[in-house]
Amino acid sequence: MSQEGVSQEMPHDDHHHGPDKGILRWLYTTNHKDIGTMYLLLALGSLLIGGCMAFVIRAELFEPGLQLVDPNFFNQMTTMHGLIMVFGAIMPAFVGLANWLIPLMIGAPDMALPRINNWSFWLLPFAFGMLLSTLFMEGGAPNFGWTFYAPLSTDYAPPSVTFFIFSVHIMGISSVMGAVNVIVTIFNMRAPGMTFMKMPLFVWTWLITAFLLIAVMPVLAGVVTMMLMDIHFGTSFFNAAGGGDPVLFQHVFWFFGHPEVYIMILPAFGIISHIISTFSRKPLFGYTSMVFATSSIAILSFIVWAHHMFTVGIPLAGELFFMYSTMLIAVPTGVKVFNWVTTMFRGSMTFETPMLFAIAFVVLFTIGGLSGLMLAIAPADFQYHDTYFVVAHFHYVLVPGALFSILAAVYYWLPKWCGRMYNETLGKWHFWLSFIGVNLTFFPMHFVGLAGMPRRIPDYALQFADFNAIVSVGAFVFGLSQLIFVYNIWRTTLGNKGEKATDLVWEKPTGLEWTALPSPVPYHTFQEPPKVD
Amino acid sequence: MNTPRYYVPARSHWPIFGAVAVFLTLYSMASIIHESSQGYVSLFSVATAVVAGFLMLYMLFGWFSEVVNEGLRGMNSDQLKRSFRISMGWFIFSEVMFFAGFFGALFYARTFSIPWLGGEGAKGVSGMLWEGFTAHWPLIKTPDMSQFQGPMGLIDAWGLPFINTVLLIASSFTLTIAHHKLRDKDKEKTLLWLGLTLLLGFIFLFVQIAEYSHAIHDINFTLKSGIYGSTFYLLTGFHGAHVTLGAIMLLVMFGRVKNDHFTPDDHFGFEAAAWYWHFVDVVWLMLFTFVYVL
Repeated sequence: MSQEGVSQEMPHDDHHHGPDKGILRWLYTTNHKDIGTMYLLLALGSLLIGGCMAFVIRAELFEPGLQLVDPNFFNQMTTMHGLIMVFGAIMPAFVGLANWLIPLMIGAPDMALPRINNWSFWLLPFAFGMLLSTLFMEGGAPNFGWTFYAPLSTDYAPPSVTFFIFSVHIMGISSVMGAVNVIVTIFNMRAPGMTFMKMPLFVWTWLITAFLLIAVMPVLAGVVTMMLMDIHFGTSFFNAAGGGDPVLFQHVFWFFGHPEVYIMILPAFGIISHIISTFSRKPLFGYTSMVFATSSIAILSFIVWAHHMFTVGIPLAGELFFMYSTMLIAVPTGVKVFNWVTTMFRGSMTFETPMLFAIAFVVLFTIGGLSGLMLAIAPADFQYHDTYFVVAHFHYVLVPGALFSILAAVYYWLPKWCGRMYNETLGKWHFWLSFIGVNLTFFPMHFVGLAGMPRRIPDYALQFADFNAIVSVGAFVFGLSQLIFVYNIWRTTLGNKGEKATDLVWEKPTGLEWTALPSPVPYHTFQEPPKVD
Repeated sequence: MNTPRYYVPARSHWPIFGAVAVFLTLYSMASIIHESSQGYVSLFSVATAVVAGFLMLYMLFGWFSEVVNEGLRGMNSDQLKRSFRISMGWFIFSEVMFFAGFFGALFYARTFSIPWLGGEGAKGVSGMLWEGFTAHWPLIKTPDMSQFQGPMGLIDAWGLPFINTVLLIASSFTLTIAHHKLRDKDKEKTLLWLGLTLLLGFIFLFVQIAEYSHAIHDINFTLKSGIYGSTFYLLTGFHGAHVTLGAIMLLVMFGRVKNDHFTPDDHFGFEAAAWYWHFVDVVWLMLFTFVYVL
């Protein structure tokens, strides 16, 4: 990304000049902006790779019967698609945004632990390299679904599972170190006057996300360690013959997995709050309630995990407890949705690309939330479980939810970062094609799911054929339209095209990153803390 | 504004070096485990593991020395020191959660899976799978003894494990005394009490190894002994690894005290190692209670 015109800043500084030249800049950097950029590029790369895997899945499912790939490879694709998108695209993208934005938003010179920050990033390419290399190993890549339930992932797993386990360990180290860094930055690096209840919501949501990461990534490390021991060292954690239980795997996994779901959506809530406020030209409605709602969601996320396991045979008391606790989450989430709508109410709204994505987020994420509420009803879940209805539900919260918020954030802050406006026409094309594509892809999945089409199967009964053809067309429309985004980013940054952005970029946005810094932001910012009133 | 600026290191080769070292270490471990399950171990994997081990040591030594030297040169503002404290606290919290996962497995097996296998409750399955299995803990007779041979006896909590409990609790006290002596600028006494802590730690590890050896050779209690052995060895094994790590930290602090790195009001390295040691101690108390006694 272009960061010229930087070196004249901060002349009093003896060792901080502009960025180094060449590859060493990226290898040795301690700069939060460089590291943020690398995270975002990694996420983009993963998005495209994971997207190609989705293409394979949708091409195979375009019509009934086995056409293109054999079932084992199909399973590898669903597994790797999920893993790459969750751990390689969504999570690193949010960490990249955190790196770029948190220091700018709280008036800090950098992240609190800059070297650890770079280490957290550089672990990831190795982790994903190792994960992707399993595709070329004997027996193929992991084929047991991204949730890697035992015994599919232990007794019946391909040999490459060992490498999968260790790559999860590397991702875990990276996430925990990154999250510690975020927490320390927010606790210790705020400019004087930036009290907790003055912090921008993106910072708040990331603080809570980082807490969730530190609490659950070690549990994920624990569960893959138990797998490793069961596979290679004769333990019986997940084997009833030795007194263990395969269901134990699901408990430990989902104790990680459910907070993980919120790790992928809380930062989105922050982003959307900023964007809706700016383009409605009104302060956010209910800031305090947003903070408390986010905290409640985080706390609740630790006591709902078994709603993923209603059909495995947990006791009735468990079914009831997890059903009601899950439904409770709708309350704070509803608070958020109403706050966004109320922020827009009677605002002077305009519809630039980030705002379009943000509004689509509110509508489509709510659909995903409501289908989640349906899934929370234990008796009904016996029908929905492991059908395409579940696939529809979590793709509605992850694609037009998490991913749309990331796209919105990039459009919204990119002019600040690189000093040039993206192309609005291309942005609108990108939005509308994505919007149509995403709904074509995921909405019909509700219907086939309710009618009983199981997930993770390369073939299906004939009555699902029409909807599946529509879904596949939608998937290709959605996937290919992301290339418009890639081109738009490229021409704005490296291509140096587009109008020069003003310092404020938008009409009266609030926050230090807009009001206290020029566009593009200098390589080093806030070496003297700004004044916050 | 005369407050010293937050120290942002300009550039550093340690992170990328560290990423490569961690990757090679875990990759070679994965390769060796993977290959031995196929019945061989290649020279390449072993060589990678050796190289990776040296890289890890070099990286840890180099990176930590750099940070220590920055501190000694006075480049760390109070704010940065606060960053170190907060981050160490959260790092220990992540370790707590790591152990919580394994304790969760232990409690689940004891409260749910074993009673269910014994036929308790609406979900009891014993009649269908393993007739005649009765629930008991510690699990001596596994549901399928041909697959998972249970142990021939139990580990007595009030033998070696109790000695270990006393050792670790004592080491927490000696460490605290060392800390007080450090605050009193009494270098010799600090070294004495710190050395005593280390000694207690090493005896703990030695006793732990003796206990493992007894368990494996005398009562045939291994990882393969069913869920009792699985949880026992994973919990105590990871705890032992953490004691080792804590002891290495304390050993480094011993050297740093010797080289006068610390002052009575600025000795974060020492405090971090002490926090870690107390954390390991608390984990042991949990282990002693739930793995050995109850």
